[in-house]
Amino acid sequence: MEDSLYFEEQHLQVREMVRNFAREEVAPVAAHFDAIAEFPWANIRKMGELGLLGVPWSEELGGAGLDLVSYMIVIHELAKVDASHGLTVSAHTTLGTSPIVHFGTEAQRRRYVPLLASGRVMGGFGLTEEGAGSDAGGTRTTAVRRGDHYVLNGSKRFITHGGVGEIFVVTAVTDPSQGTRGISSFILTKQNDDLAAAQEHGIGHDASLRPMPGFSSGKKEDKLGWRASDTRELIFQDVEVPAENLLGAEGQGFINFMRTLDAGRVGIAALSLGIAEGAFEEALKYASVRKQFGQAIATFQGIGFQLADMATEIEAGKHLVYHAARMLQEGKSVTKSAAMAKLFCSELAMRATIKAIQIHGGYGYTKEYPVERMMRDAKICEIGEGTSEIQRLVISRELLRNLVA
Amino acid sequence: MGGTIFLVNFFTMGAAPVKIAVCIKRVPEMDGAFKIAASGTAVDETGLKWDISDFDGYAVEAALQMTEKLGAGEVHVISLGPDVVQETLRKALSMGCARATHLKCDVVPFDPFAIASALAAELQGGGYDLVMFGKMSIDSANGAVGLMVADLLGMPMVHGCSKLDIAAGAGTARREIEGGGELVRFSLPAVVSIDEGIARPRYPSLKGIMAAKKKPMDVKPAQLGPVRLTVQKMDLPAARAAGRILGEGAAVVPELVRLLQQEAKVI
Repeated sequence: MEDSLYFEEQHLQVREMVRNFAREEVAPVAAHFDAIAEFPWANIRKMGELGLLGVPWSEELGGAGLDLVSYMIVIHELAKVDASHGLTVSAHTTLGTSPIVHFGTEAQRRRYVPLLASGRVMGGFGLTEEGAGSDAGGTRTTAVRRGDHYVLNGSKRFITHGGVGEIFVVTAVTDPSQGTRGISSFILTKQNDDLAAAQEHGIGHDASLRPMPGFSSGKKEDKLGWRASDTRELIFQDVEVPAENLLGAEGQGFINFMRTLDAGRVGIAALSLGIAEGAFEEALKYASVRKQFGQAIATFQGIGFQLADMATEIEAGKHLVYHAARMLQEGKSVTKSAAMAKLFCSELAMRATIKAIQIHGGYGYTKEYPVERMMRDAKICEIGEGTSEIQRLVISRELLRNLVA
Repeated sequence: MGGTIFLVNFFTMGAAPVKIAVCIKRVPEMDGAFKIAASGTAVDETGLKWDISDFDGYAVEAALQMTEKLGAGEVHVISLGPDVVQETLRKALSMGCARATHLKCDVVPFDPFAIASALAAELQGGGYDLVMFGKMSIDSANGAVGLMVADLLGMPMVHGCSKLDIAAGAGTARREIEGGGELVRFSLPAVVSIDEGIARPRYPSLKGIMAAKKKPMDVKPAQLGPVRLTVQKMDLPAARAAGRILGEGAAVVPELVRLLQQEAKVI
């Protein structure tokens, strides 16, 4: 891609810094954290110090004050060497922090965003439930108003940072008679469940955040990929949430999280693109040094054509991602372009990682090379933040919006 | 508390803010494969990636750490070359340097004296307490510019510092020498060059990258000295012949020894 189409000099500086950080600090530990499935606090601290956990928020709120193109560059570059690190940025920023920035009151923003943007504590977003996956309208968690607070009951599944996080945006039904218009969002706080490990690095907890009794995390998921990212259940048992923690107007929860998910999908598209490009770079490097029948295997047409296809599709993916990022930055509706970017790039990540393993032959199937991890990390991109099926549904609805009554 | 405030004031009053200049060079990253250009006297620059020369990066980091430790002072960064060196200067600004000077010339001459003359002309009268260099550039590896600048400015020079500290008009440095180390003391102003091991360069933070856009970048023509030294020819090391496997186990040792003695002639 001609860099100047989407990037200015500042974007290239951000890219260079994150690329160096990813190569020097993330790549050497990626296989280790994948194997032990623990949260990489040491790197999280460094990422916070570099401003990577609050890229698009204003400096006033403790962010780096950059645009959304820079933000996508950060996710893309981290995911090239490790998807879990990329996801941490995406889930923390778009899912955990952006609803408070966009829908919060001034007081809520000042209270929570600086803690999140600096990376002092991790944030998360509780939407998915056991019976409400693709159909988020099937939310069963309830919030009942009692005087100056709401009482929350229910649970959420597959919540990124469920254990390591302290600040969460959670959806719950406030008016069952209103369907999706009866869903509201709340800001909830709990204590980090990985406190000892986090505090070795001086982050992950803030004493001013009150753990809400009855709000806890459940079992940690043992996953195929994204293993250095913490995924857990969130459990609410008669959690008393002060009314001031209602995020946005009552009944606006569904509409607000649809907007949050649009931005989230561009992030997952950037992450998927990173996985695809990382796998491609590994395959290209391997194919140019691996010799069989007296020549580098890249010079066999059977391999060269596969590399050509991967490179072409990655190029297409870059245009989809950075075009959507720019639209998002300009405040335009990205419902269709975000879904297209996410659909294309997540399926590309799967294709590219499988090809990369094939090009590596038997070595690609071992943990001596990173491509098997990349393949495991790619699969969830076709599922999380809206399955490929849901993306197609969103795109087709947008296509038919003005045609079919 | 009053005592603490008094002490802090006492020290900052005693030490004027230190002013450090770091001279940096833009060089190709060394992990790529190099080709010689058609001229035969330079590297083919197509497709190369560029960055601050490694030792110069250590010097920038060491300078920033010194001003941070002293709590006062600023670091200026200077580079010589075509317009693209501004990218490299901007990186140093994003790491925390306060201002940059671009000494503009179309081609960086190979002759270290020509470069040193231009740098000395810029540094002269700049009021710097310390002028820092990397101990050599990783591309041309002359290691001469810093020494020549010190001579032109009439300042003491410490070459290859692995530790460095300055306070109240004097500095101390450690140099790694064959089989040991030595600690030297020198008066300021001075010129020093930095060895590896002193400090690993920081990543520019996103805030640093944003702030760098607003920092001053002065552009001046480079007052190069006469060029009396040029490269006549470059060549690449000969490709290494493939190794040979003689076999396994003790049985092949006599043959190995014979080949090492008679064919490779290394023992």
